[in-house]
Amino acid sequence: MARIRLEGVTKVFGAVVAVDDLTLTIEDGEFFALLGPSGCGKTTTLRMVAGLERPTRGRIFIGERDVTDLPPQARDIAMVFQDYALYPHMTIMENIGYPLKVRRYARSEIHRRVREVAEVLQIADLLDRRPGQLSGGQQQRAAVARALVYPPQAFLFDEPLSNLDAKLRLEARSFLKHLQKSLGITTIYVTHDQAEAMALADRIGVMDRGRLLQVGSPIEIYRRPRNTFVATFIGSPPMNLLRCRFQQAEAVLVLGDGQALALGERAEALRRAFRDGEPLWLGIRPEHLALAEGPGPTHLAARVYAVEPLGVETLVTVQVDAERIALRLSVDEPPVLREQVWVRVPMERALFFREGGELAL
Amino acid sequence: MTVIREVLSRVLFYLFSALIGAFFALPMLWLLLAPFNARGTLALEIPRPFTLANFEAVFANTFAMRALLNSVFIAGGTMLVVTLTATMAAYALSRAEVPYYDLLTYGLILFSSVVTGTAAMVPIFLLANALGLVDTYVGVILTFTGGLLPTAIFILRDFVEGLPRSYEESAMVCGATPWQMVRDVVMPLLQPGMMVVAIWAFVQVWGAFLIPFVLLRTPERMPAAIAIYSFYTEAGTPILTLTSAYALLYAIPVLVLYLFVNARYGFRFFGGIKR
Ligand SMILES: Nc1ncnc2c1ncn2[C@@H]1O[C@H](COP(=O)(O)OP(=O)(O)OP(=O)(O)O)[C@@H](O)[C@H]1O
Ligand SMILES: [Mg+2]
Repeated sequence: MARIRLEGVTKVFGAVVAVDDLTLTIEDGEFFALLGPSGCGKTTTLRMVAGLERPTRGRIFIGERDVTDLPPQARDIAMVFQDYALYPHMTIMENIGYPLKVRRYARSEIHRRVREVAEVLQIADLLDRRPGQLSGGQQQRAAVARALVYPPQAFLFDEPLSNLDAKLRLEARSFLKHLQKSLGITTIYVTHDQAEAMALADRIGVMDRGRLLQVGSPIEIYRRPRNTFVATFIGSPPMNLLRCRFQQAEAVLVLGDGQALALGERAEALRRAFRDGEPLWLGIRPEHLALAEGPGPTHLAARVYAVEPLGVETLVTVQVDAERIALRLSVDEPPVLREQVWVRVPMERALFFREGGELAL
Repeated sequence: MTVIREVLSRVLFYLFSALIGAFFALPMLWLLLAPFNARGTLALEIPRPFTLANFEAVFANTFAMRALLNSVFIAGGTMLVVTLTATMAAYALSRAEVPYYDLLTYGLILFSSVVTGTAAMVPIFLLANALGLVDTYVGVILTFTGGLLPTAIFILRDFVEGLPRSYEESAMVCGATPWQMVRDVVMPLLQPGMMVVAIWAFVQVWGAFLIPFVLLRTPERMPAAIAIYSFYTEAGTPILTLTSAYALLYAIPVLVLYLFVNARYGFRFFGGIKR
């Protein structure tokens, strides 16, 4: 088990900068999720840690060792690939035992250890089969078992759940979290699914176009996204962003259609952060919004655009001028389509982003 | 009306197919029957009288019997060398992303047909002579290998390209050295491709006459393709009884090889790996 450090790591493929000057420390025993949209450089980062890709610039440390110039064999890490990469010509027993075989363990010892991990992962009765005869979930467990059989310094996962169906994915997710916590092995987990990252990780790193935008605990990232990209990437549905203009004299925000929202106690802070008349983004999570009975200083007039029951809650999308706003409501009688409603915006919960996207307040 | 036409077209189709089949099957049938016939004939007839005397005569010809063994050495040796080197070369060429690979292979394939062709026999003989390889199996095997390797690499590269890289990467991450990775993961996954190349190489060499004829001197080293001429008369016509008996023996190893591979791997040539 070890700490993993990346220092100014950059990877360039021809004209594409896949990873741009990434500096990051993953603590010993931590479950770290790398989260970002497709093509942002998550896999490339993971492959550089594994040694399958050489950084163009920068250094990588596992524990105290500088592993930048070491091949994968010498790094003492285990990786679970997105397609699992179980060898089709070997039985599950041989697959799981392979890391021991290449280290020249005795046959009996290999069998003993494979049985042991297979018991833990509940695939002990499948050891004589070949990968093609296993279900997706079983293959995933076999791949994890192969990573576990020779305890590594760190676990690397590249979207290991994306090939599973929704129900199995939830099961496998809890299983992975439980396993990582009980083993305490440093883990880097790559995903483009924000819910997965939130559920699994101790800390999340959000990437976009090769850059690391923010690192923090799931709650931190959820509550205080550093910019509008992170704000709209995290959460389901993501944070609402309303474009408005700050009017200092009246201490209000004016929306595109002329509706005004009173800033109340936050007016003073905004006065210090923004100039009079400056455009900005008002960010507010769907679960913080509520419906109001009638007009008010922090209420917006809106029209219902869509109503989607989710079970406990109802997802309501309303339209204000040209913009759509999502609300998560736990009311018994949700509004109906095209109804005129008032949406109460709790200013104490709101975030304010500059026009360029970075968080101001 | 349509029924009759339907039946008629079926009948004609089968008749036609049977004719084509017979055209190709008859020589084989002759090869099965003639060796047991006491009278040498090109006609297809039930052996009468049935005899094993032809085989006795062939078995008594130690030169020819020895030649069958020599053929196994030469063809088997070439098969091993070509398959192993072509596998490693195809793997390296594919994974190392050699620039102008296509140009390189097409060029080599073009030249390789020259190597095994008649025109190159003089330079090949001179080269083998200079290297002291005349009248050795090594010389023959190397010459065949030179001729077959480019095409073998070309065939095998397709198989390598079809192999997802994550197998190799996962082996490396598991701690395997490059050599362990190739032995444990790459080679087994390339087995169908290696089988194709092995059989193809074996058959190519098994039937080849010119190269061993030019490069070998000692009668004891000659392969069967040359030894079959010992069943010709002084005037150069084949003694049909003996030639056919020997030809049957000559065909058996290839048949056995085919049956073995078919039983073991089922000849699922392309995309033969169950994922
Ligand atoms: N071997 C390569 N050669 C050239 N470009 C590459 C290579 N590998 C990745 N890239 C490019 O680098 C960028 C980052 O790719 P990467 O695979 O790391 O993305 P990702 O975040 O894992 O995306 P996804 O969620 O789709 O897997 C992409 O623009 C990709 O096209
Ligand atoms: Mg990826």
